[in-house]
Amino acid sequence: MTTILGIDALSFLVVAPAVAAAIMLLLPRSPKFIGRWAALLLSLGIGAVAVYVFLQYDSALMGYQFESKVPWFELLGASWHVGIDGVSAVMVLLTGILTPLAVLISWEIEDRVNIHMALILFFQTGLMGVFVALDLMIFFLFWELSLVPMYFLINQWGGPNREYASVKFMIYSLGGSLGFLLATQLVGWSVSQIPADAVLALQESTPALAGYAAGRPTFDIVYLTALWPALADTIGGLFLGIDIATVKGLAFVAFFLAFAIKVPVWPFHTWLPDAHSEAPTAGSMLLAGVMLKLGAYGFLRLVIPFFPDVWVAPINVLGVFEVNAAGIFAFLAMLGVVLGAFAAFGQNDIKRLVAYSSVNHMGFVVMGLAVTALVYGEMFVNGSSAMMQDAILATNGAVLQMFNHGLSSAGMFLLAGAIYHKTHTRDMREYGGFWVKAPIYGGIFIFTSMASLGLPGLNGFVSEFLVVRGAWPVFTALTLLAMIGLLFTGSYILKGIRAVLHGPFNMKWRDYDLEIEAREVIAIAPLMALMLLTGIVPNWIMPVINDSVIRILGG
Amino acid sequence: MIVQEFVFPVLSVIVLLPVVAGVIILFIPGDRRDLIRGIAITAAAAVLALSLAVYLGYNNQVSAVMQNQDMLLAADDIESPGTLMFQSGLAFEERIPWVQSLGISYHLAVDGLSAPMVLLTGMVAVAGVLISWTIEDRTREFMAFFLLLVAGVYGVFVAVDMFVLFFFYELAIFPMYLLIATWGWVKLREYAAMKLTLYILVGSVVALVGVIAMVITADQFFQNEGAQVFQNAVASGLLPSDLSTFNFSITSLTLAAEHGAFDAAGYAGVEALTFAKLWFPFVFIGFGVLAGVFPFHNWSPDGHVAAPTAVSMIHAGVLMKVGAYAALRASVQLMPEGAQVHLPWIVFLTLINVVYGAFIAFRQRDFKYVIGFSSVSHMGLVSMGWATMNLIGMTGAGIQMFSHGAMTALFFGCVGIVYDRAHTRDIPSLGGFAKKLPWVALAFIVGGLTSMGMPGLSGFIAEYPIFVGMWDASPQIALTAGGVTLSDYYAVIVVIAALGIVITAAYVLRVVGQVFFGEFNAQRYPDIPAITMPERVVLILLGAPLLILGVYPAIMAPMIESGVRSVLAMLGGA
Repeated sequence: MTTILGIDALSFLVVAPAVAAAIMLLLPRSPKFIGRWAALLLSLGIGAVAVYVFLQYDSALMGYQFESKVPWFELLGASWHVGIDGVSAVMVLLTGILTPLAVLISWEIEDRVNIHMALILFFQTGLMGVFVALDLMIFFLFWELSLVPMYFLINQWGGPNREYASVKFMIYSLGGSLGFLLATQLVGWSVSQIPADAVLALQESTPALAGYAAGRPTFDIVYLTALWPALADTIGGLFLGIDIATVKGLAFVAFFLAFAIKVPVWPFHTWLPDAHSEAPTAGSMLLAGVMLKLGAYGFLRLVIPFFPDVWVAPINVLGVFEVNAAGIFAFLAMLGVVLGAFAAFGQNDIKRLVAYSSVNHMGFVVMGLAVTALVYGEMFVNGSSAMMQDAILATNGAVLQMFNHGLSSAGMFLLAGAIYHKTHTRDMREYGGFWVKAPIYGGIFIFTSMASLGLPGLNGFVSEFLVVRGAWPVFTALTLLAMIGLLFTGSYILKGIRAVLHGPFNMKWRDYDLEIEAREVIAIAPLMALMLLTGIVPNWIMPVINDSVIRILGG
Repeated sequence: MIVQEFVFPVLSVIVLLPVVAGVIILFIPGDRRDLIRGIAITAAAAVLALSLAVYLGYNNQVSAVMQNQDMLLAADDIESPGTLMFQSGLAFEERIPWVQSLGISYHLAVDGLSAPMVLLTGMVAVAGVLISWTIEDRTREFMAFFLLLVAGVYGVFVAVDMFVLFFFYELAIFPMYLLIATWGWVKLREYAAMKLTLYILVGSVVALVGVIAMVITADQFFQNEGAQVFQNAVASGLLPSDLSTFNFSITSLTLAAEHGAFDAAGYAGVEALTFAKLWFPFVFIGFGVLAGVFPFHNWSPDGHVAAPTAVSMIHAGVLMKVGAYAALRASVQLMPEGAQVHLPWIVFLTLINVVYGAFIAFRQRDFKYVIGFSSVSHMGLVSMGWATMNLIGMTGAGIQMFSHGAMTALFFGCVGIVYDRAHTRDIPSLGGFAKKLPWVALAFIVGGLTSMGMPGLSGFIAEYPIFVGMWDASPQIALTAGGVTLSDYYAVIVVIAALGIVITAAYVLRVVGQVFFGEFNAQRYPDIPAITMPERVVLILLGAPLLILGVYPAIMAPMIESGVRSVLAMLGGA
């Protein structure tokens, strides 16, 4: 067992940022460089551990790695259970890389430096906690906890409309997770109602269930993944006075809503443009770069494995045609891609443009996950694995898109923040012709935009290709529409480039130094390197993802 | 059955030290304020230290207690497992026969449910004395009455004799009246103090009548059908040998309850009625008035607002828990059949507490009223936990008593610190106070997040099991009235109660944003002194447990669980 400072690596990754945040609060307020350097060094240290964990992760091994399980709230059967598989390893890596870059970008903050840095670090605790959690209560704990630092980052250091944006973000997310809270309570408790002989039978077929004592509630995700889907078969009939299928359906809706708001799935995305554009640069980087992935991760880790039968259960619409939840999910994904692109094209605020681009890109993640849901569900319900290969491709694409979008959107927000820092406006109509005055900035801007657009040779292409290839046989019409949406992705990216870099130079900025600073170049350099590397040699990361995806899908 | 002991009767010291200190203070000249404060804080710190020692001492024994309880539950030839579980869970027991002819003994002990409450009282006592450090007007009387109030509260938690429980309960009420009426907010204090006292007194009188009826009925039972049971209990040492059948001992009453003394059909000539079915609502709601159960909560918001800060802290933080605790001990434990009949409809009152209280808190302009109604809302969760009548829900209620106690005392401390400097509690007039009082802002945010049930803090640790307990209870509990049966409705109640969380989040965010952030009006508040050391200690003393319990529930949950199990054994047997 790898231990760092006496605790296991994953618990360290969760706890260390919180401790670092506490240290930040105790540091002297001036000179400001103390706070800035301390935060940078602390986050780099934690990032190094994250990279180490990723490199040590052995994709050939079955099961979760770096696992640790300690009783936490025994009354409820909740334990501090952490562990990673390939998908979470990638997310841990992403979080570990982005946080020091966000800290570095935040060196431009002058007001209450230490508190700002502490909040960024505390936010990292929330993110790490969700990705490594293998207990539903711990998952929920960090899911909610991550809202608090982000609220304060937006509310205190944000743009002119920050009050509205932060409250909307907080209340929208809390409202969504309310159903999730109730559903987790229901799920964790209800497995205690499964009769003992049914539990024994399940334990024989699922070795991972060995440690579970029948008749007790549990929140362990590994146990629940085996027990909860089997609930209908083992209990049958009425549950809590209503048909068990209805109970499951309601729990599904509750889970779905919470994660759909976070991803965000159209039409639950309306909190995002305000939150992203009003947040300070570091806040936007982490919000778009990692926080949105919490939602997608939740779908893959929880909603799909827990509710396979609900995803493919036929829903009769107006007595005319039948859909299922996976199909609706794919439809919403397509809408996210197309409408997100249209909305981005219509923006004059550069940060809002990038915010809507997040809706657009996460649409591809959702499309891939919809394929996963459908195929996994079909396999669970009637054992057919006809489209398994396509599902593996699509899920690989979705997970890689999560990582790639993390890089490219963080990069785009970094660049938006850089130009805002110089010009103090986000209105692209005031920009124009910056290429002349800031060629390095221009080059980086084009590079990152191309990665975001999905130019072959850069990372975005690989993931979008995989998703489209995987989704095509499964959701042909929707994939076709989404690909047309890709055209519009190109249009808003090019609009952004033209508005910022090309065209007549606005004489207003004649005496300004618009060029990107060395510190900002250092911050974005790792992102650019990874964008290029993933585009040319995706195999540095694909085996980690692929092996876990195959295991999740049970193929 | 205990493993550890102190060389001195620690519980008596905890209860009587504040009384002694209070009396000493009354003899000191009124202008020797520093000496008065010194004695007060020494006494408070001493009882806090002792309370902590009691808590930790009990914590060490919890696994032994639980094992013993498991054994008692598993064995099927034991005559009174419930009473035995209760008796064997008691620690640091002291007993002196007091009024032999009436069967009253001076009998003190803690169990898993009362030990955290003892700790909480100690914390709030110290915090109260520190937050009142700058009171100049009749400091002597204030500190003396405050310590008397603390003694009364302690006495209720550690009482194992119903008379002793009532004695200390009433002892706490009269200094409460004086403190609010004399040092409270001028505009409201006399009205609020009178209303509070009348409500609580009437409630306690109703409960007292019920308890006396219980004592009489138990006596009749032990003299007739239960004679053998009584003799066996005395012989086995479960009950003391000098006890007559007419007594106020909670152990004896539990024994009577377990053997059906209160469940005989045909009470008062009505065939379907039993003693428990008739008297439970009176005793539960009688004590529940102090716990703020709707619709008898009305004394609470005005009482909170009118009281001086330290009194608000102890009022919301501890006194309301006294009501909930007494309701559990005197009615649920002693009349379990009554609980099973009545709690299924009382749960609707608790739901109204939770949701309605939150909505009203949202509408308030006065900082203290927000917190006052927030207390009403959160105490609803405690009563809701009792209404689940299962292990998980009731343990959650016990945790909520501690968590909310610390949290609300912290809130009132923060409000008091701001009010001392700004001289207004009107939320729209305040603003930007985080710049001047950053630690107060942080403490208030921690408290606010706890009240929203934010994971990582103790509020989540408390509310989660209450809700899971509601889910667990849902298939088991049905309410029959007239010809109509309502079943599986606890699940619906818990979904509605969760709404309370969203409203709480809304008003907490609003208050935090309006009071601590936003524009600071430097003209209106030209001089805002920084936080003092006593105030800092208050914030840390009350805030730290919220964080500790939030990340490490094992430090308290098993203890409360052990305390709840004996009550549950009674519910199971009834």
